[in-house]
Amino acid sequence: MVPLNWYLMLSAVVFMIGVFGFLTRRNIIIMFMSIELMLNAVNISLVAFSHYLQDMRGQILVIFIITVAAAEAAIGLAIIIALFRNKDTVHVDEMNEMKG
Amino acid sequence: MLPELFFGYFAAVIILLSVIVITRRNPVHSVMWMLLLFFHIAGLYLFLNAEFIAAIQVIVYAGAILVLFLFVLLLLNLREELKVKRFVGAWPAGLFITTAILVIVLGAVKSFVPGPAGKYSIEFIKQETHTKALGKLLYTDYLFPFEIASLVLLVAIIGAIVLAKRKTRSK
Repeated sequence: MVPLNWYLMLSAVVFMIGVFGFLTRRNIIIMFMSIELMLNAVNISLVAFSHYLQDMRGQILVIFIITVAAAEAAIGLAIIIALFRNKDTVHVDEMNEMKG
Repeated sequence: MLPELFFGYFAAVIILLSVIVITRRNPVHSVMWMLLLFFHIAGLYLFLNAEFIAAIQVIVYAGAILVLFLFVLLLLNLREELKVKRFVGAWPAGLFITTAILVIVLGAVKSFVPGPAGKYSIEFIKQETHTKALGKLLYTDYLFPFEIASLVLLVAIIGAIVLAKRKTRSK
């Protein structure tokens, strides 16, 4: 029997790889893929909880997370297309009009 | 022993593929590696007796979301992407922050105590089948969140069309 902690550790490692990719990549599409990576890490831990606590609610939550991920990917990629059409670049460090 | 080996293989491949995905220079290669990553995550779900979740992982993530990513990548011109540098200048700071948070989280996981077990044991699910048990819960206790999820998808459809539509010049 694999202990629950192993799944949680795997989930934490994958989540942090996703955070690293989001913080450091210049390409906005890879940043979006990092977000998907983070959502998948959360899904792993939720399904593991659901199995070990013998409760289906974790898997219900996973279904909703996948729904929101699909919606987020559609909206985000539409924003990327609009951005590329206006700015002709996908590098986030070249988008500094707002001086934020 | 065999379950540990199985989990070890999946965990190692998932971590390796995640690192590969965020470090590739060519985004198309990243998408391809991510496809492999999602199949491995689906395998892990099967290992956790969640076959319906594994199926929608493959269908929705690998089948729909990654294809959407691929379409958008082919729409953009990424020829110069192969020559410029991949990471922002301050990437060591990002590495430091993520490693620090990872150490904190891994330390916190050690002291986790699971709560009492619910009624959906493996025998119960085996008797009722996984999809049926999930569907019963989804359409009774979680009907209202389910309807909200459909609304979220509707907003996403409309929003994607509005955002990606080429602006027509007003006369």
